[in-house]
Amino acid sequence: MYQDIMKISASHEWLILESETIGIVGITDYAQDLLGDVVYIELPKIGQHVSAKQSIGVIESAKAASDLYSPVSGEILAVNDDLNADPGLVNRAPHSEAWLFKIHLSDLTELATLQSAAEYQVLIGK
Amino acid sequence: MSKTPLYDCHLQQQAKMVDFCGWDLPIHYGSQLKEHQSVRLDAGVFDVSHMTITDIHGPDARAYLRYILSNDVAKLEQHPMGKALYSALLNESGGIIDDLIVYRCANAYRLITNAATLQKVHAWLTLKSQAFNIRLQPRADLAILAVQGPNAIAKVAALKPHLATALCVLKSFASLNDQDWQFARTGYTGEMGLEILLPANEAACFWQALMAIGVSPCGLAARDTLRLEAGLNLYGHDMDESVSPLECNIVFAVDLRDVTRQFIGKDAYLALKASARQRHQIGLSLASGGILREGQKIFDGEKEIGVITSGTFSPSLKYSIALARVQAPVTKPFVEIRGARLAVQTTAIPFINATLKGC
Repeated sequence: MYQDIMKISASHEWLILESETIGIVGITDYAQDLLGDVVYIELPKIGQHVSAKQSIGVIESAKAASDLYSPVSGEILAVNDDLNADPGLVNRAPHSEAWLFKIHLSDLTELATLQSAAEYQVLIGK
Repeated sequence: MSKTPLYDCHLQQQAKMVDFCGWDLPIHYGSQLKEHQSVRLDAGVFDVSHMTITDIHGPDARAYLRYILSNDVAKLEQHPMGKALYSALLNESGGIIDDLIVYRCANAYRLITNAATLQKVHAWLTLKSQAFNIRLQPRADLAILAVQGPNAIAKVAALKPHLATALCVLKSFASLNDQDWQFARTGYTGEMGLEILLPANEAACFWQALMAIGVSPCGLAARDTLRLEAGLNLYGHDMDESVSPLECNIVFAVDLRDVTRQFIGKDAYLALKASARQRHQIGLSLASGGILREGQKIFDGEKEIGVITSGTFSPSLKYSIALARVQAPVTKPFVEIRGARLAVQTTAIPFINATLKGC
């Protein structure tokens, strides 16, 4: 389930590099399980410049609201509009169809602050 | 942490467990939304054994309850034995110490109170009993299962064929006894259903039998969305000791018809009723822009006028609903979510009306 190409933040977002400077971001299966049924998602705006670890949106499950963070700094290139109509996709396919946004990384050194999939699985005890 | 007699059953069914008022209880068994729908469309069962059962014995039990409860147990005498009444337990200021159900049974009255209020309610019941010849008997030997949904009664009847006819015609807030078991036509979901009080050592077996005929196990999370859609208050959220029954839509639980009856909190209740000071409970809904949650502030124009006391995503309606307490009725309220003010609709309570039919 956790792929070797994923880099994962301490706040449970995964990032997969699509090219040297463009990454796709989502939340981990572990995070979706903690949240429970997701019912509403507020994503950042296309063109928005975001900083790593800054709250840039919200994921609301039936039980609570959680901030959404970006694992890296950069400019938002695309967001997954499918999630507006079907937020539960995050529960069903957190590592694939329920990607959240694409980001153009502005500081590649931040990648070193993220964990490998193997390290992350140790962290969550899986 | 306390465990109910069904603790092992929950673990076997991969429940996600949480600490609820010192009880280790299932929040869900995988998906709270599916559990919610199973109750609206078919039948689900909740372990509510954490709730407190107290039997009240003694020659003064009736007089005692007429004094400590806002509702009047005397009217239970117009009904067959086993009839239930919803009531508040008020303090002298007219604030709500707890909300409860009281049953008139053959040898005693039976109170079912909240888990969150266990200690303070026990202390209050004891304190106020001094002038009365009564005895309080905690019933930790009983478990409670709430089987709820349009097919709930038929499914229980299938497991209790000797009671099937009686269960199918049981009226709302009536109950029947079968040895140590009590079957009550009550619930907290707005659906048809039963709350079943049974010996703790028989609870796991009955739970498994319910599973075997397709009743879905449901956790606290679904219980909360179901009760909120039905417009039912949750103690500690929509009501507490600073809130009068006038301020949370439960005036039906205050019986003033016998003008000679003196009950705790009556004077404060009447004074607030005659004043223009009381706050109001309103229903709200929000179609898009986020989820209404407890604690969010309500505005009338620029003026802050109240707060959401319970809010959630409604699985049945597919949008967010909430109960709020406001200082004055308001036609065009706004809610503040993450710093933004959003227009929110006022909505009738209950938010949904189930079609209640027997089996």
